[in-house]
Amino acid sequence: MAIRSFFIPFLLFVLCFCSSLSPVLSLYEDQVGLMDWHQQYIGKVKQAVFSTQKTGRRRVIVSTEENVIASLDLRHGEIFWRHLLGSNDVINGIDIGLGKYVITLSSGGSILRSWNLPDGQMVWESFLQGPKHSKSLLLVPTNLKIEKDNVIVVFSNGRLHAVSCIDGEVLWKKDFEAESFEAQQVIQPSGSDLIYVVGFSASSQFKMYQINARNGELLKHESATFSSGFLREVSLVSSEMVVALDSTGSILLAISFQNGEISFQETPISNLVEDSSGPAVIIPLSVPGIFVIKTNSVTIFIKVIGKGKFEVVEKTNHETAVSNALPISEGQQAFALVQHAGSEIHLAVKLAHDWDDNLLKESIKMDQQRGIPHKVFINNYIRTDRSHGFRLLIVMEDHSLLLLQQGAVVWSREDGLASIIDVTASELPLERDGVSVAKVEHNLFEWLKGHMLKLKGTLMLASPKDVAAIQSMRIKSSEKSKMTRDHNGFRKLLIVLTRAGKLFALHTGDGRVVWSHLLHKSEACQSPIGLNLYQWQVPHHHALDENPSVLVISRCGPSSDAPGVLSFVDTYTGKELNSLSLIHAVVQVIPLPYTDSTEQRLHLLVDSDKHAHLYPKTSEALSIFKHEFSNIYWYSVEDHNGIIKGHALKCMCIGEVVDEFCFDTRDLWSVVFPSESEKIIATVPRKLNEVVHTQAKVIADQDVMYKYISRNILFVATVAPKCSGGIGSVTPEESWLVAYLIDTVTGRILHRVTHHGARGPVHAVFSENWVVYHYFNLRAHRYEMSVIEIYDQSRADNKDVWKLVFGKHNLTSPISLFSRPEVITKSQSYFFTHSVKAIAVTSTAKGITSEQLLIGTIGDQVLALDKRFLDPRRSVNPTQAEKEEGIIPLTDSLPIIPQSYITHALRVEGLRGIITVPAKLESTTLVFAHGVDLFFTQLAPSRTYDSLTEDFSYALLLITIVALVAAIIVTWRLSERKELQDKWR
Amino acid sequence: MKSVKIIVPFLLTFSLLSFSSCGFQSDELLVDDEEFGLEGSPRHRSPETVLTRSPPVTRKRHSDLDSDSKIQFSLDHAFGDSDFSPAGTFSARLKTWSHGGQSLTKLRFSRNSFTDEDKEKFKNLLKSDDFYRIRLPSNVLSPPGRDFVISSVKARCLPREGLDEHFVIHMEGVNVLAVNYGSPGSCPYPRNLKFPAKWSFNSHTVLKNSEQAPRAPVFTEEILGGENAEGEVVQPPERSFWAKYWMYLIPLGLIVMNAVTQAMNMPEEQATGQVPAQGQPSAGAVQRGPSSAARRR
Repeated sequence: MAIRSFFIPFLLFVLCFCSSLSPVLSLYEDQVGLMDWHQQYIGKVKQAVFSTQKTGRRRVIVSTEENVIASLDLRHGEIFWRHLLGSNDVINGIDIGLGKYVITLSSGGSILRSWNLPDGQMVWESFLQGPKHSKSLLLVPTNLKIEKDNVIVVFSNGRLHAVSCIDGEVLWKKDFEAESFEAQQVIQPSGSDLIYVVGFSASSQFKMYQINARNGELLKHESATFSSGFLREVSLVSSEMVVALDSTGSILLAISFQNGEISFQETPISNLVEDSSGPAVIIPLSVPGIFVIKTNSVTIFIKVIGKGKFEVVEKTNHETAVSNALPISEGQQAFALVQHAGSEIHLAVKLAHDWDDNLLKESIKMDQQRGIPHKVFINNYIRTDRSHGFRLLIVMEDHSLLLLQQGAVVWSREDGLASIIDVTASELPLERDGVSVAKVEHNLFEWLKGHMLKLKGTLMLASPKDVAAIQSMRIKSSEKSKMTRDHNGFRKLLIVLTRAGKLFALHTGDGRVVWSHLLHKSEACQSPIGLNLYQWQVPHHHALDENPSVLVISRCGPSSDAPGVLSFVDTYTGKELNSLSLIHAVVQVIPLPYTDSTEQRLHLLVDSDKHAHLYPKTSEALSIFKHEFSNIYWYSVEDHNGIIKGHALKCMCIGEVVDEFCFDTRDLWSVVFPSESEKIIATVPRKLNEVVHTQAKVIADQDVMYKYISRNILFVATVAPKCSGGIGSVTPEESWLVAYLIDTVTGRILHRVTHHGARGPVHAVFSENWVVYHYFNLRAHRYEMSVIEIYDQSRADNKDVWKLVFGKHNLTSPISLFSRPEVITKSQSYFFTHSVKAIAVTSTAKGITSEQLLIGTIGDQVLALDKRFLDPRRSVNPTQAEKEEGIIPLTDSLPIIPQSYITHALRVEGLRGIITVPAKLESTTLVFAHGVDLFFTQLAPSRTYDSLTEDFSYALLLITIVALVAAIIVTWRLSERKELQDKWR
Repeated sequence: MKSVKIIVPFLLTFSLLSFSSCGFQSDELLVDDEEFGLEGSPRHRSPETVLTRSPPVTRKRHSDLDSDSKIQFSLDHAFGDSDFSPAGTFSARLKTWSHGGQSLTKLRFSRNSFTDEDKEKFKNLLKSDDFYRIRLPSNVLSPPGRDFVISSVKARCLPREGLDEHFVIHMEGVNVLAVNYGSPGSCPYPRNLKFPAKWSFNSHTVLKNSEQAPRAPVFTEEILGGENAEGEVVQPPERSFWAKYWMYLIPLGLIVMNAVTQAMNMPEEQATGQVPAQGQPSAGAVQRGPSSAARRR
């Protein structure tokens, strides 16, 4: 008892101490990087230009399919600088002018920009208008000067421009009025003042314009007709000759325009290649004297000898990528070709005029998961022995970027991660006997070596290299990046599917790639396009000793009715367990809330003929499914014609082949939006795996409201069709936005509300019983966010305690959506400063923790906003009871507190999506934001109330306890002695 | 067959919602909306409005603006997956507003009674717990418009005394967005097989238009000042002494109580002389120690 009575005040002290230490929502500066990581990417490289001047750092300038211009370090592959252009500002070409400016042509050839090469600052920008849309060509001649100005030649929008390299001023321009002229090449023979523009007109006419580069004067205009037409691509083989194919793809045409005379030389491909089959395509290149055509899977290299004579120099079945020519010395041009052969790639660098001689021939072992090489760029350097060395930048099928030099991969970048299309999370393996399942533990030798290194480090003998090794080892062995499951559930694998069709597993601790897997190519499907990712099997770790797996749905071709492919991938190892080529298309995937005895989730795949197919195809799954047959409903949104339909299953498919896993469907309901006044712009369902802790919500005056937490609600936003135009296309009077809450089982419109003077784009998030959506208010000239909360009135009279005691309530009765819903909604709108790229909501394991909205702002940051700010019950003067409940007084706009940016100082360039994954610890949620960059952090919306924080002082606690124990012993001794004295008295 | 007609009182219509005009009458519409809220309730059923079949001319338009014209559109039904067949007629007045908008008022409904064949089909539906489906044209002026709007309900939800049904027709001008069909009350699951006593429909009909969203509150400067204060952590300026220092006061109080009891025990013991310590000697020592405070609490 003595102990307790001593302890309680001290415990109180300790508790007070702890609570005063509890963290604020934002991070301190030294906490950055403890729980979050940020990775920068650029996307699949389209074009690369090397800048290897004698002075300065070696760098390569790249433009990518994510509309990024970046300058990369050639030594390490790091980003020096990077600019993300808008999604409608597609880069057409890049080059380097004057050795110090990066010139980019973008936006369909209408914007020409110049950037400072060392630091990426924009120098100038000019807008190039033209009479019509056309192919855009950028040419930066090295030695063309007009009055000391270096000139950039741009063909875009049917007009040829000469632009000053210094200030972007248009020096002259020349229109190509010919109605259907399509320029293919702009040629500037070095050392002359002439510019040739060649192209096709009216599909069978070849045209050549000779232009004076000094003033844009048209010197010569020739045209010639070839009766059977041309394919669009041409290959430039010399400054006076291009090679094209006729429209059937079977005849090669050498078109020479020497001295302004156009002449054709026809050569049927069958004369050159005996066993050629199928139409050929020409690969646009500019290697003098050599061009490449492709028939089926055969790549043919053809050399031009003399005037219009061809000779096949090589045929290969391997996937081949060829670079453009690079001038290496006077009159010599080199080019590179990269061939994919099994687990290796073969590099060859050849001189353009001498096919048989290789300047360089190497084989490099390549990770199978990178696929085939797509693009190659060549650069040379002078070796120490004064000979030519070459480095190659190659872009692989998985969009990764590699630099090869001296037969080795110098660096590689996983730029496929810049285009993530779907994300799911997976648990890590359980820790067993100290050995992690993923076999990251090293062998004995490495273990010894590691300890030697550590010993060296402690004895101050380590070199800087050793120190780095020790550091990386420490990071590897630190708690957060272990390959096993942790108690709090912070360590997980993020499985991401990229546009290249590659799966990556990222560790949440440090963001490293644990494994990667390129989608399997089969005979039936040469190029599967990844669509979606679903959790296929999530075994409960006590019941089943099996690895979890994910289902990847991909499509075999670009059209939506192409047959689908299912791949099942083990999330621990990244091995493909199984792959199914389907005979039907996959239009919709419905993960059902049922699992079979091996915990495989049942999935219903709806094809383009509205048949539903059940997977996995086992009899057990079928029996589970049959049991729930009449309770399965789903909906489909046809947003092009503004119809939402509800479906249910009917019966087994009627067809020649009996397929007991195929079911016919029927339409149950439809909502038809009037096409002249409403157009669907957003549909948001509730998250499938969301947990709601309680249905009841106690409000201020001890009253209870019941949330309407049906999973089958869809939020739909429609706008006036006129509003889909650009800014300024509508007046506030003719624009409106209608928000709907639709029950997806019965098609009931539960709520419908019109916002006048509002327009899209609409971003919305739906959670529990509320939906928050963001739109633009034309009248107020501001962005607005609205909230709708929906409450169930049919349970509202279960407030009487006696009713609950005697069981006369309807809380346990099953809910049928066919009953007439008695719902009420509450809504409120608030102004919001930012425009928004994505909205998500935090999700926790049990749904107890209050929620925060995660708003991806236009500045590519993620802002956490308490849901309490978007409470429809906020009023101007809340009563005392309401204040105690946590209702904030009403304001017209939502506050943006700078500390609540969860990305703190970082930016997630090109932000596209925010995903939240609950951790096992109730207070904490894991947030993953992806765009061109990736960002991950942990978030505790109501602070970490269920665990001690990182900076909790365990030492102080220990000292306190020790002091207490000592005090107890001392007082005990004292009192004992006193008692003894008393007894002796 | 008996048809109960419900007149839906439509005093003002959704002029603001019709696409050609967005206007200034928002306050009026809000009044209107309140009336909509009451429409579903049975007291709006006006039994005196027994159906007078509307004239065969489906539409006749008066020359003057703000004119009314009669309009009819039909309800089709289907049993399970069968084809649709006519089941009843809605008639309403089409009001044309001076600013060009059109809306429906005074909706009436006449239900065709079930034929014997229909009854048989419906019984089959009840037995197999299948869907009874209805549809309406999506445009009442030029049916069927772009498509039919369909709604379905499990047939077992309908039978009560007779067959109770409830329509909620969502309108947008002359377009029907959606029709929600079902029983007027609840339809508890599991659905039991029950045949209706009377084969007559008891129909309730509601026309619904879009509500207007409440505008975002626009505050003036002084309230904005309040917002700023609220944006930061709300610190009540004066807290009571107790609220501020309770964490120190409680331990202090305990210590004081300890001391007091000890002080009280001491004279007691001295007075009684040597109190024999029962049990273990240590327990006696403890008794005199701070534990007495704990015991008294």
